[in-house]
Amino acid sequence: MIEALWGWPPPVFDPAGPYASSVTTLAWVLLAMGLAVTAIVVAALWIALRGPASLKRKLGGEKTVWIGGVAFPAVVLTALLIWGLTLTAALTEDITGDEMRVRVTGEMWWFRVEYLDREGNVVVADANELHLPVGKPVVIELQSADVIHSFWVPHLSGKKDMIPGRTTLLRVQADRAGRFGGVCAEYCGGPHALMGFVAIAHEEGEYRTWLAGRARRQAAPALPGASAGRRLFMDSGCAACHRVAGTEATGLAGPDLTHVGSRETLGAGILPNNRGTMIGWIGDSQSIKPGNRMPSYDMLSADELEAIAIWLEQQK
Amino acid sequence: MRTVERVLGHAAALACAVTLAACKQPPGSRYTFDSSVREHGRKVIERAGCAACHEIPGIDWPEGRTGPSLAGFDDIGPIAGALPNTPANLARFVRDAPSAKLGSTMPPMPISAEEAHAVAAYLYGLDGD
Repeated sequence: MIEALWGWPPPVFDPAGPYASSVTTLAWVLLAMGLAVTAIVVAALWIALRGPASLKRKLGGEKTVWIGGVAFPAVVLTALLIWGLTLTAALTEDITGDEMRVRVTGEMWWFRVEYLDREGNVVVADANELHLPVGKPVVIELQSADVIHSFWVPHLSGKKDMIPGRTTLLRVQADRAGRFGGVCAEYCGGPHALMGFVAIAHEEGEYRTWLAGRARRQAAPALPGASAGRRLFMDSGCAACHRVAGTEATGLAGPDLTHVGSRETLGAGILPNNRGTMIGWIGDSQSIKPGNRMPSYDMLSADELEAIAIWLEQQK
Repeated sequence: MRTVERVLGHAAALACAVTLAACKQPPGSRYTFDSSVREHGRKVIERAGCAACHEIPGIDWPEGRTGPSLAGFDDIGPIAGALPNTPANLARFVRDAPSAKLGSTMPPMPISAEEAHAVAAYLYGLDGD
């Protein structure tokens, strides 16, 4: 269904950067090796069943077992292992100090995203969306808040598990501007299949403008209904789970909504973000993403839902 | 006298025929649209996320219940119980409901006029019969 959105599921053989390229090369080579071995096995099977007697004798000989059964796999698999590990070593290199750093934490069932400075302090808190400059490597510090998740944006890099109590590193890089779909690649229960992510690569200058805009919040002109929406947001208990910087909403259980108005998606990459889907999500999130931890606020009237949506729309 | 009866008889038969013809339902949908337009409409519905609030046949996921179900849409009367059910009205409503029907709780949607016509075309094909 989401093919209309970000190309979902994301194509896995279409690398957009150096880290994804090495993974794609490895994937093609492994696929070719697999096909070659299958061909050899099929040929051996044919000989065993229908082949001439001389070949059959050779196939059953001790030499064939030693070469085909021991030497060949040992040599080929060792070579493949060494080559594969060298090829993808760059993906998990340590931080050298110059790279942009982003901490992405897997939660049931969304991604917490925090942009870090050189010392590792959080500069911007966001969710389910990663903005990055074109042509620059970005180090993603992967963590988990609950169970094992896996971070995978196939266009940009390999997949890497997010493990509770540990920080794993993964490098990503986009060599062209664009939007790249991502998924959680490790079954994490419930609506795991609806745990998505969007990476958006900007040209360098555009990226700086974007970051500067996020760092200081824009005061959007208040739309009619927004102040009522703010009151309803606080009174309905939304603030217990969601944070909106500069307001009394400081909850940390759910996604940070400080910039929700400028995000491209809702519900962790699964819905486009507009007033209609925002109303639908607040009023009936359980139909859209069954089992997710936000209750459906179906006790609110249509006007109340719209007021909250209008206020959230202004959080850019 | 017999001539008068004949004429009256013919007139009655004609009247019956006309009445029957007028009562006859057109087959299938009220409006028919090109299948490519309808497919375009389905894509627009997916992209705009209409299904976050409405159950819409042909859209597997989601099936939101904040708004009314649109199953069998072609068989309903006025749009949102208020507007004459014409393609122009429907396109206007799906694009900017509050201006098409004062007080509508459906918000304006970020789609173009041309996309709204495609969405209307898709909805007219949702025949419950």
